[in-house]
Amino acid sequence: MTEPQNASPLLHIDGLRIDLPLDGAPRTVVHRADVTIPEGRAVALVGESGSGKSLTARCVMGLLPGSARIHGDVRFAGESVPGMNAERLRAFRAAEVAMVFQDPRAHINPARSIGDFLIEGLTTARRVPSGEAVKKVTGILREVGIPDADRRMRQRPHELSGGLLQRVMIAAALAVEPRLLLADEPTTALDVTTQEEVMAIIGEAREARGLALLFITHDLELAAAVSDRVVVMYAGSTVEELPAARLRAHAAHPYTRALLASRPSVFDEAAELRSIPGRPLSGFEAPEGCAFSDRCTHVQDVCRSERPQPSPHGDAFAACHFPYVLASEETADHA
Amino acid sequence: MSLRFLSVRLGMLVLTVLVSSLAIYGAMFLTPGDPATLLVGGSRNPDPAVLAQIRSDYHLDDPFLAGYWHWLSNFLQGDFGQSLVYRDSVTGLIGDRAGDTVALVAYAAVLVLAGGMLIGTVAALRGGRTEALATTLTAGAMAVPTFVMAVLLIWLFAVRLPWFPVYGSGEGFTDTLAHLTLPAVALALSWIGYVAQVTRTAVRGELRSEHVETARSRGVPERVVIRRHVLHNASGAMFAVSGVGIAGLIATAAVAEQAFGTGGLGALMIEAASKQDMAVVQAVSLIFVIVFVVINTGVDLISAAVDPRIAAQKGAIR
Amino acid sequence: MTTMPAALSTRPRAKRRTGRIDPLTLVAGGVVALFVLLALLGPLLAPHDPNAVDPLNVNAGPSGAHWLGTDDTGRDLLSRLIAGARATLAAPAAVIAVSTALGTLLALTAAWFGGWLDRFVSGALDVVFGFPGLILAVLVAAVFGAGLTAPIVALSIAYLPLITRVVRSAAIKERHLPYVAALQLLGAPTARIWLRHLLPNLLPLVLVQATIGFGYALLDVAAISFLGLGSQPPDPEWGLMVANGAPSILAGQPQQSLYAGIAILVVVVAFNLLGTGLSRRLLGESA
Repeated sequence: MTEPQNASPLLHIDGLRIDLPLDGAPRTVVHRADVTIPEGRAVALVGESGSGKSLTARCVMGLLPGSARIHGDVRFAGESVPGMNAERLRAFRAAEVAMVFQDPRAHINPARSIGDFLIEGLTTARRVPSGEAVKKVTGILREVGIPDADRRMRQRPHELSGGLLQRVMIAAALAVEPRLLLADEPTTALDVTTQEEVMAIIGEAREARGLALLFITHDLELAAAVSDRVVVMYAGSTVEELPAARLRAHAAHPYTRALLASRPSVFDEAAELRSIPGRPLSGFEAPEGCAFSDRCTHVQDVCRSERPQPSPHGDAFAACHFPYVLASEETADHA
Repeated sequence: MSLRFLSVRLGMLVLTVLVSSLAIYGAMFLTPGDPATLLVGGSRNPDPAVLAQIRSDYHLDDPFLAGYWHWLSNFLQGDFGQSLVYRDSVTGLIGDRAGDTVALVAYAAVLVLAGGMLIGTVAALRGGRTEALATTLTAGAMAVPTFVMAVLLIWLFAVRLPWFPVYGSGEGFTDTLAHLTLPAVALALSWIGYVAQVTRTAVRGELRSEHVETARSRGVPERVVIRRHVLHNASGAMFAVSGVGIAGLIATAAVAEQAFGTGGLGALMIEAASKQDMAVVQAVSLIFVIVFVVINTGVDLISAAVDPRIAAQKGAIR
Repeated sequence: MTTMPAALSTRPRAKRRTGRIDPLTLVAGGVVALFVLLALLGPLLAPHDPNAVDPLNVNAGPSGAHWLGTDDTGRDLLSRLIAGARATLAAPAAVIAVSTALGTLLALTAAWFGGWLDRFVSGALDVVFGFPGLILAVLVAAVFGAGLTAPIVALSIAYLPLITRVVRSAAIKERHLPYVAALQLLGAPTARIWLRHLLPNLLPLVLVQATIGFGYALLDVAAISFLGLGSQPPDPEWGLMVANGAPSILAGQPQQSLYAGIAILVVVVAFNLLGTGLSRRLLGESA
């Protein structure tokens, strides 16, 4: 490779489209996803179920079923992920990315010991001797708040609580020293107090290692709290991207604003809660025009006929014909 | 596996054998005539002196439970009484034929285990047309009854294509193998289909499971994923269904033995039943029931020992 | 008397899939109907006397007079198959009638009273389940002599656990639905709750189990006749025909065994497909 490493971001998803066969016929489940993660930064991908956020994340790891058709580009450190052959893909998964899944109870083999699960990534995919692997994961278990590592490693998954199992999964992901960590709703299956602990562990690990993170969630507030930038997906398309710090004040897409309004805020306790009318659409149900047009309060004729393309405003993007723009920002931009 | 599960299953085993033995002994008294005539071989007109001899030998005039206990304790000591039809001790008759049945069932069991698991696993792993073909063929194999399969095999592979001998059980290892091949295939085929279907479902379920996705996401080589996660996790279901299959082979061995004239305990029992030689039928059917129940219980216990969740589930149902 | 709450006026029912029956189930139902008709009218429909021997026309191939040829004593095979439908189907029908009626009653009793009675019934069924049906049939045949009595008695007992277990677990669920407690509170007599509510709600499940069970029972009865312990010659029962034709196979004349075997296979598969089709339609599941 002749071009310098830092010329391309760590992860660059550009105009990703995914077609999957549903009931025999190919259907577009992701229409257009654009996500960029620079080395060491955290990006949250926010959306309701069916929005295509989990499919986008799986595409980054090459985990989509063989029947999926992928268009557009997914590049990791400049290298195309869909273009990798099986051998390269395996090496890529074994060393450069790792994923923390939503439900640790289902995603950790119930018939094998915790120790087996933890060292497997190192011993089978990286050919690390098992003694060395055990030493390494024992240290990481301490780091994620599991002190009695020796005992835990001998146990089976059904003997551990959900919170502990999720820590085990995080430890397993960290053990391979990836450059990018993908976390697919890692706290959804857990109770509230455990959720906070798990998020804290991910945050600390990221800081200590300079890990890049793609954090997938349906929780806008949580997304803003743990990441540098927030990407919002709706019905298979990314509709908005902006810095997390400016989410509440500067969100331009009506869907993002509606999501913010439907959630109790820690900033504004007096604000009235409003739910979004209608039901969320899946990618394959998206109509011709703007996918959100049926539920949008600002809808115009052009929204139903023409799909809006992402357009920049400041250092953010929104795919909307009539983005919400703060008066002060507009004057600032034109000044 | 909890001690409670173990004791409940073993208690069930003893109870089943006791109740079955009571039914097997008691069945004799359901005859409209004198039970002693069943022990002579019911169809003939027996000598009253012989009948009296039998009545005292079998304690038929004692209270029912005393007679039962006498019969059962003799059985447990390996004394199965005398067959007046065959003019031989029942123990001797059984000893002569047990080997044939063991060989037939063992042969069929190997076919069921190897064939069923292999077909099911390959079908699930290959998917697509291979899986569709295997599913159709195994469903077909399950639908054909053993005795119909037997005549079909005789016609195809002994008459049209004279590859295998048909009657008798053969001398020496290779000859025995040749004689037992068609009976074993006829006996095994529907169970191969059954084991293959259950195996395919189990392997397919594991292939789609989330923990397999996790293993793949970590770059674990596919060969290792299949071995350590898919087959390892499906092995419990495969083992359990194979146990059921082998127990089923024992229950239907009689049909294959009769159809191919290989001889054996099943054929002996049927021949004795048609001659109403009760002493033989009682002994052989109790042996079959004991083996059947012991295998079923053994499979349950081993399954529970390997996967403690099974004992918890089965305990909850009762 | 107070009016019943609206929620109670309609009994909860199992979810049903609406729409058309799939073609496979329809074909299976047609085949079953055809064979039931043959069982009822068989002897009237047979072109020849099924027991008329013709020593000059032994093991003949298909011809205008004998569409399927003749057997080893010159009897018309088609007529024997048609006439034999009755003997072949009647015994499993008796087995299923007895085991279904008895099993449903046992299941309802166990589910209704629960406690030690339920545990006793379940334990007893486990014991019966440990006794293979075929071996029980051979034992009973040894006592009563060869004939259809032995297989009917033995298989009725052997099939009891299969039907009772399924109906019992459904009955336990049904028994604990709130509407049953409400009916009891309203003072409805137990017999009325059983006959008007529990039984009708369980009926689709019972029907499905009986249909699937019929195929297996037919198979077992035919196997016992094949072994010489069921129907006796010269009955044209199909299992017996398979056995009768066996010696001719070695002489290269497989037709008697083959046709009878195919007839058994077709009926068993038809009952099985009909049962699973009914299960999808009546219970909304693939049993």
